[in-house]
Amino acid sequence: MRRQRATKLAAVLAVAALAVAGCGKSNSGSGTTPKTGPKVGLAYDIGGRGDKSFNDAAAVGLDKAKTDLKLRIKELSAAPGETDAAKETRLKLLADGGYNPVIAIGFAYSAALAKVAPKYPNVKFAIIDDLAAKGANISNLVFAENEGSFLVGAAAALKSKTKNVGFVGGVQVPLIQKFEAGFKAGVAAVDKSTKVQVKYLTQPPDFTGFNDPAKGKTAAEGMYDGGADIVFAAAGGSGTGVFQAAKAKNKLAIGVDSDQYESASADLKPVIMTSMLKRVDIAVFTFIKDFTDGNFKAGPKVFDLKVDGVGYSKSGGKIDDIVSKLDDYKKQIADGKITVPDK
Amino acid sequence: MSDLFVAQRTLSLRRLLARLAPHKLLLTLVAPALALLFAALISAIVLVGSGASPLFTYRSMLEFGLKPDQIVNTVNQATTYYLAAIAVAIGFRMNLFNIGVDGQYRLAALLSAFVGGAVHLPAPLHVALIVVVAVTVGAAWASIAGILKVFRGVNEVISTIMLNAIATALGAYLLTTYFSVSVAGSNNIGTKPIGASGRIGGIAFPGTDNRVFGLVFLAVLVGVGFHFLVNRSRFGFDLRATGLSASAAVASGVSVRRMVLLTMAISGGLAGLIGMPQLLGSSYSYSLDFPAGLGFAGIGIALLGRNNPVGIAFGALLFGFLDQSSQILDLNGIPKEIVLIMQGTIVLSVVVAYEIVRRVRIRQQQSAVGTDLATPTEPQEAAA
Repeated sequence: MRRQRATKLAAVLAVAALAVAGCGKSNSGSGTTPKTGPKVGLAYDIGGRGDKSFNDAAAVGLDKAKTDLKLRIKELSAAPGETDAAKETRLKLLADGGYNPVIAIGFAYSAALAKVAPKYPNVKFAIIDDLAAKGANISNLVFAENEGSFLVGAAAALKSKTKNVGFVGGVQVPLIQKFEAGFKAGVAAVDKSTKVQVKYLTQPPDFTGFNDPAKGKTAAEGMYDGGADIVFAAAGGSGTGVFQAAKAKNKLAIGVDSDQYESASADLKPVIMTSMLKRVDIAVFTFIKDFTDGNFKAGPKVFDLKVDGVGYSKSGGKIDDIVSKLDDYKKQIADGKITVPDK
Repeated sequence: MSDLFVAQRTLSLRRLLARLAPHKLLLTLVAPALALLFAALISAIVLVGSGASPLFTYRSMLEFGLKPDQIVNTVNQATTYYLAAIAVAIGFRMNLFNIGVDGQYRLAALLSAFVGGAVHLPAPLHVALIVVVAVTVGAAWASIAGILKVFRGVNEVISTIMLNAIATALGAYLLTTYFSVSVAGSNNIGTKPIGASGRIGGIAFPGTDNRVFGLVFLAVLVGVGFHFLVNRSRFGFDLRATGLSASAAVASGVSVRRMVLLTMAISGGLAGLIGMPQLLGSSYSYSLDFPAGLGFAGIGIALLGRNNPVGIAFGALLFGFLDQSSQILDLNGIPKEIVLIMQGTIVLSVVVAYEIVRRVRIRQQQSAVGTDLATPTEPQEAAA
C-alpha cells in the first residue's frame, strides 16, 4: 500500500515535471523582432512549431521571411480534437490583432477559413494543402506531392536489388494516399515487376501515425522482413522509426517533406538514400514575399516539379549514379509527357 | 501499454470513488471552491515557473473568455461536454466504468451522419431519424461491453478501451471506403452533408454572429431526465443500490446482470447524443476534422461534477470556458497547455478535496461514537 502510494506520487511528480518542461519551450522563432513593419500571423496544425515535420517546414519559411523581410510574426497552434469553432477563433484572433497576412497551415483550417475570411475583406489569407476554401482574399498553396513521390519511387525501383520496396504512410487520409499513388507510379515506370508493400500506421481520427516512431519502426521491420530493401516513410515524425528499422536491418529508407539526411542523427544518416521534398517553406516564404511586394493573388498556386515546389534530395551521395535518369523523369513530368496519378 | 495504464488508473479511481460518501450541502460547496483555489495556485506556480505573470494570465483569460463570441463558443462546447459527462456519469453511479464513450459517440456520429446525408425527409422526422440512429448505434456499441461483462466476466474498463480502438478502425474503414464524398480540391473527406431539413438552427446572441447550438436544450433535457431517472425511479434506486453494494442489491432482489446490461446500453445511447449538437448545428457532415476525444473529457467532467447533473453543468461550463479562453494565451506568448494543467489539477483537487472532507467526517463520527461508548449508559447497566 505504502509502496503503491510512493509510485503514484512519483508518477504525479513526473507528469508535473514534464508539463513544466513542456511549458518552458519557447513558442516564438529565433532572432530579434523589429518594432514596426508588417505583422504576419501563422496558425499551425496540431503539433505546432517543433513537430520536426509539416509544421516545422512552414516555420522555416516563416523564419526566413522574418529575417529577410524584417517582419513581426505571431504563431498560434491547434489543439488535438478541437472543433472548427476553435479554429475560427484562432484565425479571428490573428486578424483582429492586426496581423496581415494570415497563413493557415493544413487542410483542417479549410472550413474555418471559409467562414472567417469574408468577415475580414482587408486581410489577406493563405491556406496550405487546400483548394476548397475560396475567396477574393484567400490564396490556396497546394503541392504536387504525387510528382515528388514519383521521383523517389523511380529512385527506389532503380536501386532495389530485391525488386521489392515499401511505402509507410502516417495516416490513411487522401493527402498521404496522393504520396502513395505517385510512389507506386514511379516504381512502375522503372520496373513493373517490382513489388510495393503498403502500410498505413493509423486511421483517422487517430492522427498519431504522424508522430509515433515506434509504430513506424514496427511497420518498416515487417516490410524489410518481407523482402523489401528500400522503404519510403511518408509519415512525418514516425519516419525516424523507419530509419531505425533500416539501420537495424542494414537496409535503406527514403525521407519526406524536408531533406531528412540533414536533420537525422549521425548514426541514421547512412540509411537515408534520398528524401521526397515538399517545400512548404518555399510556399510560405514566397507567399509572404509576394504580399510585401504588393503581388497578392487569390486562388490556387500549385507548387509542382516545374517550380521546384516538390522534388528529391541528393545529400549523402547515395543516388548520384541515377541522378541523370531521375532528372530525365523530372523533365518528362514537367513537360507534361508523363502524367502522375494523384489517387 | 498506455491503455493498461489508463485501465489501472481508472480502477484505482474507482476505488477512490467508491469511498466517496454521499455529500452534504455545505461540503458540496466548500470542497469544490477549495479545490478550484488550490488548482489556481498550482497553475500559478507553473506559470511563474514558465516566466509568465499569473495575474496577467488569469485576467486576460477572463477578459477574452467573457466576450460575446467566446461566451457562445463556451456554451456550445459545454453542451457537448455535458452530454459526454452525463453518459459517463450514469455508469459511474453504479460503479460501471464506461471508458468507451469516446468510441461510442464517434461511431454513432459517423453512422447517423451517413444516414442523415442519404435521406430526405420532412424536418422533424429527418432530425428524429438521425438522433434515433445515433442513440441506437451508441447503445449497441456499448452493449457489446455490457454483454461481455455479464456473460464472459470481461472487465468493462478493458473491453470499452479496446472497443474504442475498434471503433476508430471500423469508422475509418467505413468513412474511407463507403461513406465519403470527396470535396473538389480538399484533402478532407466526409459523409455527404445533411440536407436543410436535418439541420437545427442556432440561437442568436447579442454582440456576435456566432450562434448557440439549438440542441443546448437537448442537454438541459438530458440533465433533467438523468436526475429523475437516477433519483426518482425504481430503476435509479436499483442503480444506486448496485453501485453502493452489489451483494446487498442482489439480496434485495435486484438483478445485477440486468442492471449492467441496461446501464451500459443507456450510457452508450446517451453517448450517441454527444455528436449531435456539432453535427446538426454546425458541421452537417462527419469528416476528418470532426471533434475527437470528447468521451475522455466527459470522464474528467463527470468526476468534477460528482456525477450530479447540476455539478456536471458547472464542470462542463468551466472546462468549456478554459478551452475557449486558452486561445488568448497563445497570442500573448503564454503556452496554452497551461489550461490542460489547470483542468487536470482541478479534477484531481476536487477528488482529493472530497476525500479529505470525507476522512475528516469519518474521524469526527468515530470520535463521537468513541465518546458515546466510553460513557456507560442506563440501558446497558439494566441489561447487565
